[in-house]
Amino acid sequence: MKKLMTGNEAIARGVYEAGITFAAAYPGTPSTEILENVALYKDDIVAEWAPNEKVAFESALGASIAGARTFASMKQVGVNVAADPMFSFSYTGVNGGFVMVSADEPGIHSSQTEQDNRYYAKFAKLAMLEPSDSGEAKEMVKEAVKISEEFDTIALIRMTTRVCHSKSIVELNERCNVPLKNYTKNINKYATMPAISMKLRVKVEDRMKKLEKFSNETPLNYIEWNDKKIGVISSGVAYQYAKEVFGDTVSYLKLGFTYPLPMDKIKSFADEVDTLYVIEELEPFIEEQIKANGIDCIGKDKIPNVGELNPHIIRKNILDKENDSLDTDANKLIPRPPTLCAGCPHRGVFYELGKRKNIMVTGDIGCYGLGALPPLSSVDTIICMGASVSAGHGAAKVYRNNNSDKKVVSVIGDSTFFHSGMTGLLDVAYNQSNTVTIILDNRITGMTGHQDHPGTGITAQGQETLEADIEVIVKALGIRNVKTINPLRLNEMKEALDWALDLNEPSVIITRWPCALKRRTEKEKNEFGSRFDICKVNESICIGCKKCLSTGCPALSFNLEDKKAVINENMCLGCEICSQVCPVNAIDTIK
Amino acid sequence: MDTKSILLVGVGGQGTILASKILTTGLMNADYDVKMSEIHGMSQRGGSVSTQVRYGKKVYSPIIGLGEADILVSFEEMECYRYLRYLKKDGNVILNDYQMPSAPILSGKAEYPEGLKEEIVKKVDNSLVIDAAKIAKEIGNIKTMNIVLLGALIKSMKLDFIDWEDVIRNNVKEKFIDINIKALKRGMEVV
Ligand code: SF4
Ligand code: SF4
Ligand code: SF4
Repeated sequence: MKKLMTGNEAIARGVYEAGITFAAAYPGTPSTEILENVALYKDDIVAEWAPNEKVAFESALGASIAGARTFASMKQVGVNVAADPMFSFSYTGVNGGFVMVSADEPGIHSSQTEQDNRYYAKFAKLAMLEPSDSGEAKEMVKEAVKISEEFDTIALIRMTTRVCHSKSIVELNERCNVPLKNYTKNINKYATMPAISMKLRVKVEDRMKKLEKFSNETPLNYIEWNDKKIGVISSGVAYQYAKEVFGDTVSYLKLGFTYPLPMDKIKSFADEVDTLYVIEELEPFIEEQIKANGIDCIGKDKIPNVGELNPHIIRKNILDKENDSLDTDANKLIPRPPTLCAGCPHRGVFYELGKRKNIMVTGDIGCYGLGALPPLSSVDTIICMGASVSAGHGAAKVYRNNNSDKKVVSVIGDSTFFHSGMTGLLDVAYNQSNTVTIILDNRITGMTGHQDHPGTGITAQGQETLEADIEVIVKALGIRNVKTINPLRLNEMKEALDWALDLNEPSVIITRWPCALKRRTEKEKNEFGSRFDICKVNESICIGCKKCLSTGCPALSFNLEDKKAVINENMCLGCEICSQVCPVNAIDTIK
Repeated sequence: MDTKSILLVGVGGQGTILASKILTTGLMNADYDVKMSEIHGMSQRGGSVSTQVRYGKKVYSPIIGLGEADILVSFEEMECYRYLRYLKKDGNVILNDYQMPSAPILSGKAEYPEGLKEEIVKKVDNSLVIDAAKIAKEIGNIKTMNIVLLGALIKSMKLDFIDWEDVIRNNVKEKFIDINIKALKRGMEVV
């Protein structure tokens, strides 16, 4: 049967067909849908949201050592978090096959950085595969699990946004069920103590040689002969772009297995063609290695290493051709910047923060990063998951030691707090700074589209489970001053901030209210009510001061003709933030 | 046949993605090779959304470059103008006569640009402007605007030999099947 699938759905299908029985991940664009889809195979696979990528990786490696075929997926910056166990596990090797996905994001649609994680394969010395569409993505999981077991290595599948999120046709096959492998205690393999690691280190080099031989022989790396004037070496979605531009007019060496590279195959291909191009997205990963082997090629001279690649760039830079396109005047266009949703529980927090002077606000990764943009403009820094709390700690220490009265407020989401905020907060308590940490508890992982986490009390596969209590955790970490408030009540938010900023000790404010887009569970309906009403502007009272617009709610607009605020009733969720801001009480809730 | 490229653009929440899903599934059922790509960053939060569908005997790239789309279907006026450069010189436009102000416009910092529709119609020889909101309201649900536009697209691309009703039956919730089929038919009649 054939089916239309995104690359992410296809990876999940591959995980199923490959007989994998344990999978873990932390959500992150563009990788999120992989685990969501793996989780649907409830009868055959245990799929879990881990609190972060390191934990996801480690639980999967434990499952592999225990003898199961296992899987972990993450976005490119997530691999940075999992890098520590990844390097060690590369030394020990696997028992049951271990496949991991790094979903890279050329073009930085929703990440902090644009990184080419193929370098991780070289750095950590592991086998790497690069699918170029959904069909390949599915098949490569099955190849990867075999390679992992045969060569005793982690198999990394490197995807990019366009492969993850574009749909193409996939042929479905049956699942192959494999028995659990035997585990026998073997500290010479699984305990990376210095004396043992020294030996494993040598084994790794030996493995890389065997893998290079495999790379030269595997049909994952194949040549398509056409005219030999031009030869193109390419991998991933870049191969599809090259085919789009050159069709059958040039010869190709398509690389599906990209670390270690098939250097013999590359040499013989290079010998036969007059001009050799290496077309790859982002960094010159392949090009550098080819050149280091004394083979001449053209790569990043023509293809930029910044941003997403596309056929247009290849056509223009190599063939010097451009499509005719219509002229439009970009100046006429008004941008559509993203904003916090109507009714977002974070709006009130940033509105109140924005009014404070003499504070630094360290932000974090999540929807609430939008609090940095106008009109709220109330966040100073966004670095990486968890950094708000620890960076805030460092800044606060410096202010205090220099007798500055500037205070630091760290803002972090619930999922991010579990991910890597808890350790930072422990640092705050242990090393004694006086930061105010606001935990924006919207009861879900909002930014990536509503994945559960330890605080929601529901697992990736929909079972009820323990619901981690943030207030209890915070106290256990050593914070004595803790308040949980409703962020839709601006006076509550304001009082909590006054209280916290006045203290000379660290404090935590937990703002507890579900994400406006979240479907509420029965339990949540009891706690928060089942739905909102909507609000309306009373035009006879409105004085057109635009104060309500400074909340940045997309349901609010301003009618330039009669100079009154207007609320879009299809969007408003009646959170009443705007009505609390209005100086003349022109906004009422209607039932 | 050569590969055909269809670009659908709009604003997050308008249903472009569902329309594209139905389109791609129908094309697959008709035995075309097909690839589809969505570009939506943080679309939930009101950003612009585009989906790209390419079909033919063999499709390589899932994305459409400047001057490459055979047809541009826009769910919103300003978004149509934003993506116009992706249209082939002799390509077609289907434009929904519908405006959605973006955040700077809502907050009174900018005004919705005037005359975009007129400029598009002048620039593109083969353009069709549809008031899909009106048609969708007549049918009984403004949210079917996306399927009205899909109907117009299918007719324009001469893809009406495919069993679209079957695809709709398999891709929308039970209680919305009939209204969506009606929307599709009305959309096809407009062309
Ligand atoms: S998705 Fe939820 S948390 Fe994120 S901006 Fe929207 S309402 Fe706020
Ligand atoms: S009550 Fe006001 S701030 Fe809240 S969603 Fe409605 S318009 Fe937006
Ligand atoms: S804050 Fe009140 S008075 Fe001012 S524009 Fe908004 S509704 Fe009108």
